[in-house]
Amino acid sequence: MIRSARLISGTWLCLLAAFACAPAQAADDVSQGIEVLLAVGPEGKGHREAQAAWKTVSTAPAARLPELLAALDTAGPLAANWLRSAVETIADHVPAEEQKNVAGQLEPFVTDAKHVPTARRLAYDVLARFDPTAADRLMPGFLNDPSTELRRESIERLLTQAAASKDEAASKKLQRQAFEAARDLDQIKSLAEKLEKLGEPVDLPSHFGFVMQWKLIGPFDNAGEKGFDVAYPPETEINPAAKYPGKEGKEVGWIDHTTTDKHGVVDLNAALGKSKGAAAYAFAEFRAAKAGPVDIRVGSNNAVKVWINGKLCDSRRVYHAGFEIDQYISRAELSAGENRILVKVCENEQTESWAQDWNFQLRVCDAVGTAVLSADRVAGK
Amino acid sequence: MNALRYTLLSAGLVVCCGADWLQFRGSDNTGSTGAAKVPATEFQVKTAEQAAKNVLWSSDLPFQGVSSPIIVGDRIYVTGVTGARQDRLHVACYANADGKLLWQRQFWATGRTLCHPTSSVAANTPASDGRRIYAFFSSNDLICLDLDGNLQWYRGLTLEHPAAANDVGMAASPLVVGGAVVVQVESKGDSFATGVDATTGETLWSVPRKADMNWTSPTLFHPPGGEPLVLLQSPDKLTAHNPKTGEQAWSYEGKCAEISSPVSKSDVVLVPVDGITALRAGAGSANWEKLWQEKGLATGSPSAVIHGNQVYVLNRAGVLTAGDMTTGKVLWKLRAKGPYWATPVAVGEYLYLVNQDGTANVVKTGAESGEVVSTTEFGEQMLASPAYSDGALYFRGAKHLWKIGTP
Repeated sequence: MIRSARLISGTWLCLLAAFACAPAQAADDVSQGIEVLLAVGPEGKGHREAQAAWKTVSTAPAARLPELLAALDTAGPLAANWLRSAVETIADHVPAEEQKNVAGQLEPFVTDAKHVPTARRLAYDVLARFDPTAADRLMPGFLNDPSTELRRESIERLLTQAAASKDEAASKKLQRQAFEAARDLDQIKSLAEKLEKLGEPVDLPSHFGFVMQWKLIGPFDNAGEKGFDVAYPPETEINPAAKYPGKEGKEVGWIDHTTTDKHGVVDLNAALGKSKGAAAYAFAEFRAAKAGPVDIRVGSNNAVKVWINGKLCDSRRVYHAGFEIDQYISRAELSAGENRILVKVCENEQTESWAQDWNFQLRVCDAVGTAVLSADRVAGK
Repeated sequence: MNALRYTLLSAGLVVCCGADWLQFRGSDNTGSTGAAKVPATEFQVKTAEQAAKNVLWSSDLPFQGVSSPIIVGDRIYVTGVTGARQDRLHVACYANADGKLLWQRQFWATGRTLCHPTSSVAANTPASDGRRIYAFFSSNDLICLDLDGNLQWYRGLTLEHPAAANDVGMAASPLVVGGAVVVQVESKGDSFATGVDATTGETLWSVPRKADMNWTSPTLFHPPGGEPLVLLQSPDKLTAHNPKTGEQAWSYEGKCAEISSPVSKSDVVLVPVDGITALRAGAGSANWEKLWQEKGLATGSPSAVIHGNQVYVLNRAGVLTAGDMTTGKVLWKLRAKGPYWATPVAVGEYLYLVNQDGTANVVKTGAESGEVVSTTEFGEQMLASPAYSDGALYFRGAKHLWKIGTP
């Protein structure tokens, strides 16, 4: 009897030990799996290991979701998608009776703006799926969120509120609030139109952060698209008084130019005279209130290069493949005080009617799209 | 069918059941169903009463896109995008029986997502080998899922080719053949074609292409007695490659179309150059023989369709022209209101055309003439080519997916 009791007791101890160890072992597997997923790279690097790891991670208990989501903070774009699909797969299998509990675990993650915007939006999607009250509770707080996706939805709710308001002044105030918060192009354009119809002043160039005042010089030669790689004098010196030999030997000098386009488009055909197979430079001084990283966002129908303080930050050898706001986005480091922006815009010799534009626009903003304005900027210019 | 699929899978064979529609222009990549079971030739979708006759079901699509649906067994797979920047990529699975959404997976685009408003980042039709889904997007994201939505691998080709993009939107559909997924990415910034291992997503080969705008899709060419080849058409040439190694078998130089893709049947390739140029290249051949050239068979955006011994082309003006496959002789023409982006689908003696505005024209084809026998207004933009399976057609519009057939 005693021996039996000891055996039973021993068996229970083993079982207890097994139960105690099982979660720890699983935890290790999931954590290790996440590390494997984080290591995937281009050319299929790490795929074979990731395939096995994904199976482990995607079958982890829902309690591990915050850990997976947090891994997105350091994930590259490829690893992020491996992790994302694991999160979705886990969420698909959460039993109804556990969903409220899981939602409770995710909410602190969603509201913690220290996490990357994409991870928070993904967490919010799962949270909103499990907790129908989440949108009403959380969305108003996302109006100025670093996540443009959360911000966008918050703005939509504000607009619904504005449309439902019978108080014209209150409705106008809500729409102004929405406009100030908007960072997505379609929302900005739509709200600007609404406010203008209501007689409200709208300074679109300042909202976007378009640089409006430039010094221009050109044309230089770009026959055969060869000028893109030629460092004409403006790439080595900025001297507003200087004259240089331009395309076909004609002398060119800097001219002042202020665009009046509400999206900051500089039409080089209009400013410098229509020219094909030509290159031009645009120069602007930008006074930054503080040093730090910014987005330099460019749109152009033509091949472009951008230098900030003499350092090349973007180069696109593409002709007539479309023109969009924020077509090309690069990061640059501004110094406190004076900064120099130089843009090279190369036009080729295409003869089609849709390939005649020679233009560009440039804005300075933060990673969310909030304008960073030169300290000496004049409103609307 | 599932039992048969499982048996074939166990045997390690590529699965292509008769009812499957595995890629752009169908499993054999010709736009012809090779089927005799004709769907409804007259159908309407607007009212409930009309729909009851031939709309087997319709489903709301929770995303936008212009790619075609594909069909694998009892499921339909559709790609789409959402977001202000079209940077959320979707792969969704619907039940063929009732159109119910079974699952969807979302991803973050890793490449450029600027796009002309007419098109979409989800312009490329996905492909399948019967075991997995290969979804490709204008952002150069290539995603492999199993049939239940489990991620198998993920490639972001823009990370390897940052300049390979245009802001009109890319559109070439992938081709899966011989254990390789072949994609063609051509733009003014950078151009290449690559074969990716279907199982692991690792690169098998990559070849540079001329940096120029191009939207044509890799095309299957399987001459009798030989191994399948993949055709890559660029504005200046068409080349034939071994899909596993990328090795070039032969090349044809000419001013090829930039949107409509080549099409092949047996050992004949129809290239959209100077109208249509027909080439013959037998198994193992290192060269081609020119059979005929016919300017009257000029293609617009849709690709030519080979059906029986006829070839059909739709030009930019919306004129449908039938030609003889053997001689290239123009047989007949008719006007069917365009403009068209979608490649037609041929079933039995009928050709199903859908124009950009969502108007479907059903054309009865004959040896000497063709006739529009019915017109249907779907009421929304339609750029995707229809898919066909087992007597039913699947139309993907801007907002809905329809299954048209006979109850």
